[in-house]
Amino acid sequence: MKSGVLLLPLALIVAVFVSALAVVRTKHENRALVAEIENLRQEHERLEMEWAQLQLEEATLAHNNRVDKIAREQLGMTEPRDYVIVGSGP
Amino acid sequence: MTAVRHPVAEPVGSWRRSFVIGAMAIGAFIVFGRAFQLQVLERDFLTREGNKRHIRTMTIPAHRGAILDRRGEPLALSAPVETIWVVPSALLDSPPHLTALAKMLDRRPSELERFLKARADRKFVYVSDPLSPADAKRILSLGAPGVFSEPSYARYYPAGEIAGQLVGFTGREGTGLEGIEKAQETVLAGHDGERRVIRDRTGRVVEDNLEFRAAQSGEDVRLTIDLRIQYLAYRELKNAVAEHKARGGVIVVADSATGDVLAIAAQPGFNPNNSGERMSKGARNRAIIDSFEPGSTVKPLLVAQALELGIFQPSSIIDTRPGTYKVGALTVRDVHPQGIVDMTKLLSKSSNVGAAKIGMTLGPEAVWSGYQRFGLGEAMYTGFPGEVNPVLRHFTDWGQIATATASYGYGFSLSAMHLLRAYAALANDGLMPQIKLVRGGLPMPPQRAVSATTAREVRRMLEQVVTPQGTARRAAISGYRVAGKTGTVRKVADTGGYDGNRHQSLFVGMVPAERPRLVGLVMIDEPGAEGYYGGLVAAPVFSRVMQDAARLLQISPEGTDAPELAPAVPRTVALPLGANVAGPRS
Repeated sequence: MKSGVLLLPLALIVAVFVSALAVVRTKHENRALVAEIENLRQEHERLEMEWAQLQLEEATLAHNNRVDKIAREQLGMTEPRDYVIVGSGP
Repeated sequence: MTAVRHPVAEPVGSWRRSFVIGAMAIGAFIVFGRAFQLQVLERDFLTREGNKRHIRTMTIPAHRGAILDRRGEPLALSAPVETIWVVPSALLDSPPHLTALAKMLDRRPSELERFLKARADRKFVYVSDPLSPADAKRILSLGAPGVFSEPSYARYYPAGEIAGQLVGFTGREGTGLEGIEKAQETVLAGHDGERRVIRDRTGRVVEDNLEFRAAQSGEDVRLTIDLRIQYLAYRELKNAVAEHKARGGVIVVADSATGDVLAIAAQPGFNPNNSGERMSKGARNRAIIDSFEPGSTVKPLLVAQALELGIFQPSSIIDTRPGTYKVGALTVRDVHPQGIVDMTKLLSKSSNVGAAKIGMTLGPEAVWSGYQRFGLGEAMYTGFPGEVNPVLRHFTDWGQIATATASYGYGFSLSAMHLLRAYAALANDGLMPQIKLVRGGLPMPPQRAVSATTAREVRRMLEQVVTPQGTARRAAISGYRVAGKTGTVRKVADTGGYDGNRHQSLFVGMVPAERPRLVGLVMIDEPGAEGYYGGLVAAPVFSRVMQDAARLLQISPEGTDAPELAPAVPRTVALPLGANVAGPRS
């Protein structure tokens, strides 16, 4: 009878203690995750930057003016002026 | 047995008990009082102060959408840049760093030093234009004291001057000022997001679930132009303008069935990447915001109306002798008298007398309503900022002379786009499409301008223009049949009246003549060197551009297959357009 009276508060104390530890742990995990998402956000931003830059670079390299010039001057190409168009299919 | 006398516990004075309890009560009172003070009385103040120290509102920058051509090539892109700023006093303390920085920035050290000394009491001075992140990184790696960089976004136009007048540009704050950048501002602009975070002492974010508003990036805008054709058109126009020492020029190429503009360029041009050129004349998109008198290029529209009303037949004969025709005080002249002509010859030789006679026979109301049906009095509704409204007076204001001059294209004004739209109607068997610059949106059903029979009839006549007997044999494209019409328009002199020496050379045409897929317009403004006739100046440009466009789009000489231009939009019925923004970009 007497031990039963003591058991309940004891269990509650243990439970409080355990849950307190769990809170500490969760909080810690939360902070770690926040730090991670922060890093990932920065990475995302950086990648987006790079993507924009690469697109620009591609557009610059593929600029018609440049392609035109290289094709004509370095590769000696011209527009096909004399060609025959053949119909295809049925 | 002796009683062990235990010392009797002396009763403690009750005051001690009261004292202890009292002391504890006071202690408790103080503690609770303080707690009350902090938690209730000063709560707001403390929260505010605490937040001030740890909670930061961070903006999440939203990207501005890109502008793409119909195939997804970028025409305007936002890319990150960094602007170098310095704390003058800190940098001035370290002369070697100052010299090194000046070198990196392409400035003379002495000049930079003077610049900074003049601003020595400031804490923040920009010393560079926006640089690419790589350049900024190199400068920061000098480790110079008091040198920092500020990230931001800048707008780049990879196509440069080739599509400059169409795409427009943005201002310093990133809002569109001209062209599509302005027209589509609400679509392109994003909304910055915000989040409130708690940061620790070292500036790391430790909690960020307070408040969050996601950034809404702007959407991409896909134009109808094809950068390849745009490039060709721009190149040929620029060459022609230079070759003829002209003041400027306009070229527009459109898909005649859907009204999608495939190329639209003007000269003089400008490079939107160079902010110094932005206020120049080159920034005007002359095809849309400038108007002119169309001259002979309206004759096919007049003939179409005459045929449509049944007052004339293709075989009708008109006597244009002796090459002049008096209407009241006005004498209409042909440069070369043509004698007795039929409709085909009237167009292929571009007889003013013939056109005036048709106009006089039809009467002002019929001429006016004919032009009205071809949209010459209607706005284009392209949504482009500054779009010019056409001036076509009501026929009740027309006298005899106005009717005669209107018949060969004087006395009213319109933009290049109007003329293109009217010819698109001829090309599209009488159905006049809505001319579009931006893809997507609800397709507008085309309007019926003339019957299909009339449109075909007129096209057949226009084919004769592009023959050795016509005015525009230079518009011919080998392997294709071309229909079109030249125009050589005298410009209005500053003093009033027409100037004998200043002309606009025009050519408007379509390819392939039998089943047109493309319709194009070339206008060269005030060609100086060697002739000014539309057939000599504008027609060759049309020929070169259309030949390459037809090849690039794989349009067969019969116009039967055109994979690129396969009708994405139904011809007559308006249906909601579903997914058409698919693309790899996010």
